[in-house]
Amino acid sequence: MDFIFTKKARLIFAAFMLIGIVAMVMGYANDHSAHHNRFWANIFVNGFFFFAISLGALFFLALQYATEASYMVALKRVIEGISQYIFIGSAILIVFFLAGTLHWHHIYHWMDPEVYDINSEHYDKIIAGKAAYLNQPFFWIRTLVYLGVWTFFARLFRKRSLLEDEIGGTKIHFKNMTYAAIFLVFFAFTSSTASWDWIMSIDTHWFSTLFGWYVFSGMWVSFLIVFVLLSIWLKNKGYLPNVNKSHIHDAGKWMFAISFLWTYLWFSQFMLIWYSNIPEEVTYYITRIEHYKWLFFGMFFVNFLFPMVILMARDAKRQIGYLIVVGVIIFIGHWLDVYMMIMPGSLGHHWHIGFMEIGMFIGFLGLFLYTVFNAFTKAPLTVKNHPFLDESNHLSI
Amino acid sequence: MHQEAAIREPLILGEKTYGEITDDVMASVVGKANKSWWIAIGIASVMALWGIGCILYLLGTGVGTWGLNKTVGWAWDITNFVWWVGIGHAGTLISAVLLLFRQKWRMAINRSAEAMTIFAVMMAAVWPGIHMGRIWLAYFVFPLPNQFGSLWVNFNSPLLWDVFAISTYFSVSLVFWYIGLIPDFATIRDKVTHAVPKKVYGLLSFGWTGNAKAWNRFEEISLVLAGLATPLVFSVHSIVSMDFATSVIPGWHTTIFPPYFVSGAVFSGFAMVQTLLIIMRKVMNLENYITIKHIEYMNIVIIVTGSIVGVAYLTELFISWYSGVEYEAYAFINRATGPYWWSYWAMMTCNVISPQVFWFKKLRTNITFTFFMSIIVNIGMWFERFVIIVTSLHRDYLPSSWTMFHPTFVDIGCFIGTIGIFFVLFLLFARFFPVLPLNELKTILKSSGEQYKKNTDH
Repeated sequence: MDFIFTKKARLIFAAFMLIGIVAMVMGYANDHSAHHNRFWANIFVNGFFFFAISLGALFFLALQYATEASYMVALKRVIEGISQYIFIGSAILIVFFLAGTLHWHHIYHWMDPEVYDINSEHYDKIIAGKAAYLNQPFFWIRTLVYLGVWTFFARLFRKRSLLEDEIGGTKIHFKNMTYAAIFLVFFAFTSSTASWDWIMSIDTHWFSTLFGWYVFSGMWVSFLIVFVLLSIWLKNKGYLPNVNKSHIHDAGKWMFAISFLWTYLWFSQFMLIWYSNIPEEVTYYITRIEHYKWLFFGMFFVNFLFPMVILMARDAKRQIGYLIVVGVIIFIGHWLDVYMMIMPGSLGHHWHIGFMEIGMFIGFLGLFLYTVFNAFTKAPLTVKNHPFLDESNHLSI
Repeated sequence: MHQEAAIREPLILGEKTYGEITDDVMASVVGKANKSWWIAIGIASVMALWGIGCILYLLGTGVGTWGLNKTVGWAWDITNFVWWVGIGHAGTLISAVLLLFRQKWRMAINRSAEAMTIFAVMMAAVWPGIHMGRIWLAYFVFPLPNQFGSLWVNFNSPLLWDVFAISTYFSVSLVFWYIGLIPDFATIRDKVTHAVPKKVYGLLSFGWTGNAKAWNRFEEISLVLAGLATPLVFSVHSIVSMDFATSVIPGWHTTIFPPYFVSGAVFSGFAMVQTLLIIMRKVMNLENYITIKHIEYMNIVIIVTGSIVGVAYLTELFISWYSGVEYEAYAFINRATGPYWWSYWAMMTCNVISPQVFWFKKLRTNITFTFFMSIIVNIGMWFERFVIIVTSLHRDYLPSSWTMFHPTFVDIGCFIGTIGIFFVLFLLFARFFPVLPLNELKTILKSSGEQYKKNTDH
């Protein structure tokens, strides 16, 4: 059955985007932080958060191919649809980085040429030591390579999936496994380096070897939340006739499990730095604990405890009510996780969560959903001819 | 009803019936041991006895008989400890994580992998034990109700967390393994004719009757234990890594350690499973159950986990420079170019570079080559721990105390001894225990057996 993007849904998302635009305009006008850092940091928090969801979708899709998994085949088009936001998401990130290069904002301290100038009063010895890596040309090459290759694969997987609907056979499937393996290798390196380049370099002095994997787990779980919620919604609208309770249960298990992975990595990074208490490292958490205490620890406990306590039982993962409640709460929780990665380095203790933050979040949410729903209209929501389709349709656990 | 896609490869080859599966698995239990088994256990026993001799000498004389010195206070002892714990990871990963992921190929390997896990963890536990010197005071590591004045364990120490993590892991793995064995012991009990084995297997099978209710509970407890064991797979090696990472020693203190140690552990565990099973399938004629496809799947796990470890090595190397911390950078320069350069490059070659050959399907389905690679990985993972421990310590903050580590015959003897004991235990397992979960295998015969798949492929 083809997906119908109703007028009502379009209007709602358009209204969301309108709220976002109002928040942006009003926010920019009322933003008294240096270089409008607050405004730009909000662009980045949302820009990265929603981009990461689509990148997580791409990763998850490749993972399904490479591991010969069948259970999610009935929901494959949902994953693909979410991955299609990656194009707009990339464009927004490019605008944000370009604004940094043009010095419209000062979130990347290292983009200021004076910190490398030994004669300047702003000279920073530690940052100058990183110049071989943190310099604008190399940063841009890396960023464009990441975005270029990721979007290339998003397009490739989508194209081949639609092709499989038409011609069938197993050739496309086996070749997809190879492409997925190539993507996963590339992603294994670049998901880490991209998070160093884009996020870790905001706190320019600070470093943590685990950072890339922690960011990765966050994007994975954020994607899974969206995936679970959209799958439930589509199923309830009658769009996914082959999807049964077992598919929803499996998707719920993923959300549950990767919440643990995220918790594990968050805690490993935090505990080791807190325990060792080495000045150059611990400063990162001192800022967060001194100025963001409730938000910082609150976010962690919500993202950990809600999935753990509520979704532990088998029945809970088969009841859409529980999944929706937990999903919505930790969706906001993981948005706050991204917020906690970006804001302290950008604004220090001058942080707010006001109309600008909430409005822009709503605006981006509208843009994201509009794009994803639009992608749903472009292809049938149930795949045809996938070699594992029958196995997936018979899923029963 | 479960429906398996036609393109999936069969997991049980040949025209097997339920009865044949029982007979194939029981062959070693009811038959006489062949010559190669006696030779193997003979060699392993000699190694074990030498090791036990060295351990007794160590306990009688003191830890000074090892090559440790004031700068390098940990060397082979902790290297061997971490190496064995790492090997002990594959079993629970296979039985728990693969069970949760409904990977049916695990059934051919889980029983022996779990046995390997239990024996490996036992060998790991030897090391901190004998490292204490006065092993008769070993109970001090437990937080006992205080009868020793004000002497309590240090709850802030990751070494204590290790005690909890490893003993929990061992208990859960043992229970998991044993519960899986119960129905198979019962099958053997029903088949053997001699009175004594019948009595023994009868005791071991806890009076299993095989009625529907028992099977129902069996499946439920398996899932519950899998759920409990999965976080343990992560926690054990994470906490082992924290023995190092909570310190302020350059090369030890790095946040990536917990997940990277877990990945390395799975990597080395699967390598050891390959080493053991490639021989076992041949000697015990189990080629129809442990097929080339199984070996290929394990090789894929090896390449994935090996590459994760590789990414972690490169991350550490890069961040040591990026951090701008002089000591951190030096620790890594010293690893790669200092007096222990050979151990660093042995580690890099064995763990990161050589597993990449498994990208070629021809090589990852070649049995001889896989066996060779499994040994390479085992060596590489030993060197990884040696590199982390010794090269980080031997040149500390004070250049006047810089030194090298030289193992004594006791260091070497104790290590060889644990390998010997491990193999003795494993060989006994292979001789007297059902090495495949024969009852579980029967559940997939009709969906994944070769002749049944053929009949449905019209």
